[in-house]
Amino acid sequence: MSAEPTGPAPAADGATRMPPIVTPDAVAFWAAADREEFIGQQCGDCGRFTFPPRPMCPHCHSLKREDVRLSGRGTVVSYTIPRHPHPFGFKTTPIVAVIELEEGTRLVSNVVGIAPEAVKMDMAVEVTFEPTMKDHKVPVFRPRSAP
Amino acid sequence: MSRRFREAAVAGIGATEFSKESGRSELQLAAECSLAACEDAGVDPADIDGMITFTIDNSDEIGLGRCLGVKDLAYTARIPGGGAAAAATLYQAMAVVNAGVCDNVLIWRAMNERSQYRFGQNPTSMAGYTGGHGTGSLLWCIPFGAMTPASWGALQGARYLHTYGITNRDLGHVSVQERQYAATNPKAWFFERPITLEDHQNSKWIQEPWLRLLDCCQESDGGVAILVTSLERARDLRQPPVKIAGACQSIPYNVEVISNYYHDDLTVMPEAVGTARRLYAQTGLKPADMQAAMIYDAFTPQVLMQLEAFGFCGRGEAADFVKSGALALDGALPTNTHGGLLGEAYIHGVNSMAEGVRQVRGTSVNQVTRRTVEHVLVSSGMAGAILEKV
Repeated sequence: MSAEPTGPAPAADGATRMPPIVTPDAVAFWAAADREEFIGQQCGDCGRFTFPPRPMCPHCHSLKREDVRLSGRGTVVSYTIPRHPHPFGFKTTPIVAVIELEEGTRLVSNVVGIAPEAVKMDMAVEVTFEPTMKDHKVPVFRPRSAP
Repeated sequence: MSRRFREAAVAGIGATEFSKESGRSELQLAAECSLAACEDAGVDPADIDGMITFTIDNSDEIGLGRCLGVKDLAYTARIPGGGAAAAATLYQAMAVVNAGVCDNVLIWRAMNERSQYRFGQNPTSMAGYTGGHGTGSLLWCIPFGAMTPASWGALQGARYLHTYGITNRDLGHVSVQERQYAATNPKAWFFERPITLEDHQNSKWIQEPWLRLLDCCQESDGGVAILVTSLERARDLRQPPVKIAGACQSIPYNVEVISNYYHDDLTVMPEAVGTARRLYAQTGLKPADMQAAMIYDAFTPQVLMQLEAFGFCGRGEAADFVKSGALALDGALPTNTHGGLLGEAYIHGVNSMAEGVRQVRGTSVNQVTRRTVEHVLVSSGMAGAILEKV
């Protein structure tokens, strides 16, 4: 656990978003995000994708966990606009969304680059990155033209 | 004590007042409600031999035992999962009484959740996101501004609401009904303060376009305790026994407590479906056998999803079921007759279980009288129980 809830001052570059809470099994995911690479965990034996990261494949119990680059493309399967309280560390109201990735896994993230009112269910999105406090980055998503 | 199977029953319930500022410690609230539950049952607190609460309750078993003078504690357990697992406390109590290892099991939940800390605000501690509370996966939400239970609950309900075209105004019918019950419950924080659908629609957005303020449970100070004994012992105590006909937990694969976005079909609540299946299998009962229900209502969409999971109506039909007046005293399924967590208080669902006991006893201020209450369903999603008149 490396994050503090509301304490630290903004980083020099002005990023105020809270940094990720990095657990031992998610070190690779967040280290890749810092390099603006979006990776996922694929089983080295049965090939299935899992999220969140974990030490064992739930399908075949393999411990061969491979970090692979994901397409970064997905769709919005759920979203909300947090109006109250205003989320800590956000300069403007974010769109919080559950993104279903092409690889079949889902994660919570943000839709960026559009007004909150413009988000729609099943909207096609692609990954990009935004900075956080403590010089980390997190994967977020912007609208894309559907294939 | 020889170990043989005994049926379990609720013998006593107790509570403090429900407020926004209790003015005393959480341990004192725990001690007061626990003593009240023992006095309700007519059991000496010294004879408590099992103690069960939530992992996130701040009072220690030993500290509370020292208040109550518990002389020989035989069993302790804590349930992870926050309010989603509230009914698992009844499940544990039932199981240890069934197993013949405890005679007097105390369940308690006491907190200054309004005056000392607020679940509804941005987090000030990361403790809830560490292992052991069943909520560790919430850490994947925090950097994205999903920082409150309402944000997690909105994301959980959104796909369901979207799929069936259920509007926020539709949800308002749940709130109006619960506040109507609270308005006639002197113990409720919102006693004598009913709301209209327009009040609901005029309340501010908390999570747009899903949850307004009046879709959200309260933040409360208070404590509630339940004393569980064997059915045979309960028959000799002060109150008519309320049998625990069945109780269970259900946590299907890839389900999370409230950040529940990873299982296959986001328009259902698989844990409640599993709880329903187990409860009905255990008891041989079916939805039509319930004369009332106490359903965990942190946020209104979760009430609808549980109504469907338990088979009180078909998939996608819960909004119309509620609009038909089904949750009212003269409806098909009087629900949250104390006012729920929206109207009475947010004591993490334990106050709702106590109302289930009152309905079976026939002592609720909003008593179901159109039918004899034989069975009451208590659901917190990931756990449930059926209380039975004997």
